[in-house]
Order: sequence, then structure tokens, then C-alpha cells
Amino acid sequence: MTDVLQQAPAIPAPRRRGFRLGRVVDHAVLILGALFMLVPLLVVLQTTTTSDLDTIKHGPQLVIGDQMGANFKSAMFKASGFSGENTGVSMLANSLILGLGFALGKILIGMMAAYALVYFRLRFATFAFWLIFTTLLLPLEVRILPSYEIAQKLGLLNSYTGLIVPLIASATATFFFRQFFRSVPEELVEAARIDGAGPVKFFIDILIPLSQTMIAAMFIIMFVFGWNQYLWPTMITTDESMYTLVRGIKQLTQDLEGTNIPEYGRANMLALIAILPPVLVVIFFQSWFVKGLTDSDK
Amino acid sequence: MKRAGFTTRWLPMLLLLPQLAIITIFFYWPAAHAVQSSFFLQDPFGFGATFVGFDNYTDLAASSEYLKIARFTLLFTLLVTFFSLALALLLAVKADNVIRGAKTYRTLLMWVYAVAPPVAGFIGLIMFNQSWGPLTEAARAIGWDFKLGVNFTDTAAAMVLVSVWKQVPVNFIFFLSGLQSIPKAVREAALIDNGSATSRFWGVTFPLLAPTGFFLLIVNITYALFDTFGIVDTMVKGEPGNNPMTLVYKVYVDGFRGNDLGGSSAQSVVLMVLVLALTVFQFRLIDRRIHYT
Repeated sequence: MTDVLQQAPAIPAPRRRGFRLGRVVDHAVLILGALFMLVPLLVVLQTTTTSDLDTIKHGPQLVIGDQMGANFKSAMFKASGFSGENTGVSMLANSLILGLGFALGKILIGMMAAYALVYFRLRFATFAFWLIFTTLLLPLEVRILPSYEIAQKLGLLNSYTGLIVPLIASATATFFFRQFFRSVPEELVEAARIDGAGPVKFFIDILIPLSQTMIAAMFIIMFVFGWNQYLWPTMITTDESMYTLVRGIKQLTQDLEGTNIPEYGRANMLALIAILPPVLVVIFFQSWFVKGLTDSDK
Repeated sequence: MKRAGFTTRWLPMLLLLPQLAIITIFFYWPAAHAVQSSFFLQDPFGFGATFVGFDNYTDLAASSEYLKIARFTLLFTLLVTFFSLALALLLAVKADNVIRGAKTYRTLLMWVYAVAPPVAGFIGLIMFNQSWGPLTEAARAIGWDFKLGVNFTDTAAAMVLVSVWKQVPVNFIFFLSGLQSIPKAVREAALIDNGSATSRFWGVTFPLLAPTGFFLLIVNITYALFDTFGIVDTMVKGEPGNNPMTLVYKVYVDGFRGNDLGGSSAQSVVLMVLVLALTVFQFRLIDRRIHYT
């Protein structure tokens, strides 16, 4: 790392005229970095435009093929798996349900709990705080098997409830909202009380409108997080009509093995469809997204 | 709690109820269950369980396979953390320097954040395809006969590369916003004080970035330990065999495929202790600068 960083030559600050080697190096490094991130996507994109035979014969080329429509059609509508119920459309729908349900559920429950913790005199507030706080420490991955057993006991396998609700069992959103509510001036709640507003009215008419940006940022982060879930959907959904796109990726890699003509075009198209919604959300809302991610210590 | 809060009694309990109910059922119950079943030997066919005390743990400590996987996980974590932090820091410093195209670079460098780990693994499989993968061909060009899924080292190298690719954007976002929050006055003072860009970086910028860097260190260790599950699972194509795997993947393989519930639970508990230790370490050192992500 040291070597690379030292490549930037020392330019005396006041004399910035003529050929700026430093600038050129800056851009060169950034362009290389951008290519490092982008090239794999371009390779995937190229295979979606090519017929499978061409891909198998030559691998990804520099030309854009004309098979994109055909590959898109087979990715979205061709049934696969044993049950024949597993199409791109059904996986896309399941991914959307998971992403939206997770984001909305988490925000709703998180805001309610944060409101209770910040604005009420509760005897067991500290205890509740620590109960909730501890959930930030253990990721789902380490308690995956017992979580699965419990979901099974409760009859939640292959249901949207089983897919979404257990994922909400960590309190990240509660903490973001708690931090945010604590930064809201106290005079507001005093004024509201003098005006005769009750706690419910204050929450709905004042606090929620104030939190709009925060809610939007949370929504974006949580949607991406929910959409991208893999381990839990893999365990909880065995019924192919319940697969999400990200869950379906495993199926895809297995489908590519042992077939005469592996359907690279179709598989890459599905991977692309799994990538696009969260990536577009992040690109379009980047300033909110970055704010939500990094401004947590208000 | 705010000083001028409300005093209603039942409302806050009602508000807290959904959160507490969900974490009790889906967090505390499973966590307790994991600890409990780590002391039992479960019959694979579901006919009861026998209490075996610490046997599952001593078995783990004595298992050469488990130790091998632990060693691999350690190396994997070190490599992924180091390369994704170093690369992201370099890119963030450069992106902070440029004015023209800054936003474009930021977009191009951060979009991978939103790619799901198994999809990243899938892209890895495409890039390293045995017969035509561009990276396999690149390796061949320098005389490296790259065999993903066959050769242990090759598969491990591909896993590290994909994991780094997936993690650079997160670190980049944090480093860049850390750099941009350095006050202008500090930068100007540094410019007057110090002629060389390198010594300015190590003497002024780097120490100011240290809290961000430390926070990211913990985030990256957690990422390499847990969030790479999808990458590992896709890249070994669900066939552990002789392929490299991480501790979390082993929990899944033993418990879900091998039906060794006791052993898998003991592994879960070991990981829980590891995470708790990391968290305590983090709080001790960064004190009040806590980021919840």
C-alpha cells in the first residue's frame, strides 16, 4: 500500500501550473479502480447478448450480440426446477416482497420501539434498551440452525411470514431512529404538550414528518439488505415457487453443471436482474444512502 | 430518554411489544437453544438427545479438520480485510483529490455495494470459468494453470478476490466521507506546514482517519467471517469436499447437511463468543464513536 500511495509525487502546493502529473496519476488510479469494479459486470452483460453456443465456443467477446431479447424471455418466463413453477417472474416477485416487506416492517417496528425508548419515562427502559441492543451483536449466521428449527416448529417454512419476520429480529433500525430522535430538539415535545397534543398525535403529526429523510435513507438501506438476503431464504424456502432471485442463483449454478449446452445467457440474465434493482436504488439515492450509512453517530 | 417525555403508561409498552416479541422468539430463543444443544448429542433421526457435557467442544478442539478450517478462516479474513481496506483507502484518497468527475467516480466505485454476495460468487464463477473465463485466460497467459473448484489454493485465491471486490465499495464510502469531513482549516494548515503530499498524508490525514479505519477494521473482520457465506457457498457450488471453507460455512454444512446438531451448535457458540469478544474490543477502543451498521 505504501508504495502505491507514494507514487503520487510531491508537488509543492503554491506552484500548480503547467503539466500536473499528480492529477493524471489520480485519474489513472481512479479509472483502474472503476474498471476493476465494472469489468465483471460487462462480462456478464456481454454473455446475456450472445447465444450460448457462441459463449461456449469463444467465451465473452468484445462484440454485442443480438440475443438479449431471447435470453430475457427465457430468463423471465421459462420454468425451471422440478416443479416447473420457478420462473424469473415469480422469483422477481418474491424478491420484491422480501425487500419491501423487510424494509417496511423493520422501519415500522424500529420507529415504534425507538419512540418508546426516547420519549417515555419507563421503569424498565434501560433493561429494554439492553435487550434490544444485544441483538446487534450476533448475526443471524451464527444462530442459523436453531432459528430454522424454531421457524419449523411454528409452521413458518415456505411462507412469507417465515421469510420476512425472523430477519427483522435485529434492532439496527431501532438504533438509527433512537439516535435520530435524540437529536430532535426537546422544545418541540414541550411545545406540543403545551398545545395539548397527546403522544400519538405528536408521533404522527410532528415526529414522522420530521423523520422523512431518515425514513427514506433507512428504507433504501433496508430494501437492499432484504433483497440481498441469501442464507435465510435458502433455509426457509424449499418450495421452488417461493424462491427469490438471490436464492435462485444457487439453482442456476447447479443448472449450469452437467447440461449439454449450459444456458449461460439465461443464467447471466437472471443474475443481471438480481443485481439491477438494488444497484439502481443505490445509484439514484446515493446521497441519502451514504448519509444513512455514515451519519449514525449524531 | 428526554426530560420532557410523556408519562402515559400503557402506550410505550404497546410500542415496544412488537420489537420485543420478535427478538424474543427469533433471537433469544434460538441463541439459548444453540447454547443448550451444544451440550447434547442429538440422535440424527430425531430420537431424543443425550447430555454429553463439554464433549462437543473437546471434539472440536481435537478435530484436525476444524483446526484446518479455523486456520484457513484466519488467513482468509486477514487477506480480505487487508486488501479491501488498502484498496479502498487508496481510491478514497484519489477520489477526494479530484474535482472533475468526482461524482462519476464515486458512483462507479460504489455500485457493487448493492450486489448480493452469492451473485458476486456467481460472477466469480463466470470470470474464472474453466474453459473460457477471462481471468482463467489471463492467469494462463502468465503461466498459471488456474483450476477453480479443483485446486485448493486457486479456489481460495478466487474467493479472496471476489470477497475483496464486494467489500471495497463499503470501505470506500466510509473512507471518502471520513476524508471529506476533515475541516478545511486543517487541510490548509497542513499545506502550509508540509510540502510533501506523502508526509501530509501520513502525518495529518491518516491519523484523522484512524477512528474510521478502526471501525472499518471490525466491520471487515465481521464481513469476512459471516457475510462471505453466500460467496463461499456459490463458489464451492455446494460441494465442500476438499474446497476451502470458512467457519460459518462449516456450521451450515455440519448442521444442515450432516445433521450433527450438537457439533454444529458448539461451533455456533464458539462463533458467538468470537463476535462478542470483537464487539467488546471495539467498544473499549472507540469508546463513544459508535456506528451502528
